[in-house]
Amino acid sequence: MSTLKLDLENYKELLQEYIRTKDEQALYQAEQFSKQSMQHQISPDEIINVHIQSLQEIYPEMPEYIQSSMNFLLETMISYGLAYQEHQSLREKQLELKSEISVAANMQKTLLSTVKPELDEVEIGALSVPAKQMNGDYHHFVYDNQGNLGIAVADVIGKGVPAALCMSMIKYSMDTFPEMRMDPSVILGSLNRVVERNVDSSMFVTMFYGLYNSNDHTFSYSSAGHEPGFYYHKETDEFEEIDVPGLVLGVSADTAYTQYKREVKRGDMIILLTDGVTECRQGERFIEQDEVLDVIKSYSHLPPQDIVDQVYRHFERLQDFHLRDDFTLIVLRRNV
Amino acid sequence: MDFQSCVNIKKEWDIVGARQLGRDIARKIGFGTVDQARIATAISELARNIYLYAGTGKVCFEALEEIDHKGIAIIAMDNGPGIQEISQVMEDGFSTSGGLGAGLPGVKRLMDEFDIHSEEGKGTEIRVVKWLR
Repeated sequence: MSTLKLDLENYKELLQEYIRTKDEQALYQAEQFSKQSMQHQISPDEIINVHIQSLQEIYPEMPEYIQSSMNFLLETMISYGLAYQEHQSLREKQLELKSEISVAANMQKTLLSTVKPELDEVEIGALSVPAKQMNGDYHHFVYDNQGNLGIAVADVIGKGVPAALCMSMIKYSMDTFPEMRMDPSVILGSLNRVVERNVDSSMFVTMFYGLYNSNDHTFSYSSAGHEPGFYYHKETDEFEEIDVPGLVLGVSADTAYTQYKREVKRGDMIILLTDGVTECRQGERFIEQDEVLDVIKSYSHLPPQDIVDQVYRHFERLQDFHLRDDFTLIVLRRNV
Repeated sequence: MDFQSCVNIKKEWDIVGARQLGRDIARKIGFGTVDQARIATAISELARNIYLYAGTGKVCFEALEEIDHKGIAIIAMDNGPGIQEISQVMEDGFSTSGGLGAGLPGVKRLMDEFDIHSEEGKGTEIRVVKWLR
């Protein structure tokens, strides 16, 4: 089968062939013709026009009423032709937007990137996967070389570009805080003022900030309305919820955050997450908190990074590989 | 530019009159069936905009004859509220609200030349041209 040309002659021949043979081969060629026409952005009204002209040439004696009916058909197709052309141009625009967003997403990745510290005392596993191209979750590690490890996990209520823009601002503010002031309550207090001043009141940010002291193995933390984390007791193989009160960031400028502290025993784990983990859905059903913990427990013999990877894989599969919300999970384990 | 004829748009029925006159002129100039259909669709769109947004106005036609080519110009004029953001109404997918009507981008596609002047509170004038090939 030779390549088809998009001209009147060709259409006329195909049509004539079909009228003569009523043969599937000719119909298959008609299909090829329409596909090629689409590749060349030929709109449907033009095809009708070619059809009318072909008919006139094949049947010069064509009755007047057929000619009229064909013109009528042509008239009704003009708007479809326009809709087709509009669709084409919107599609091009969509591709443009998509590539713009992917550039932005890459920028965001660079901007929000954090290095997971490698420490002997505590082992860390961390994973953050956006539901759409841009991530509205954020996590960050700071290590001060004196045994203090700061961990931030935050979630903007909302997804996509607005959430991502907001996160970038939070990261920037955190970078400007002096490093010696790593107290969770102080950090949340400062961030709260930043968010309150700079972010639209319809947007909320939740954050959990923890400070692990690897000298005395204590964990200090404060929460700004963030999804509760969990503490895993190795001895009893049980989880305990780390649920502490605290208003979400940005509601009121003078919010103060309480700081809590606990000891961490060897082999115990601290699990921090965003609601993308706890609000995974199987079909229409939200999974239960216990299910999340059971899954974590089933991998608890693995190194922390493997735990978070496996847990993510489990819930990715459960949701048919389609995340509904940004997913961030961090696991810390005291090793020594 | 030897003659100009106009149709006043006051009621929906006048859209049909404008189409009819425009098609007749296009046919006389020598436009084929498809182009006649396209020109009529563009006229519909312009006249309907007047009817829907300005209430009243008129659509005028000019047969263009230059040394090397012939064509038709359609001018739609109204004293309506005008268009605030022209760039917005010229954007695909803005005025079509779910695929009904071709909107001004559609008119632009149907014709070869497109020019619009609009002033808030004073009115809108759109001039489009299609050349005979």
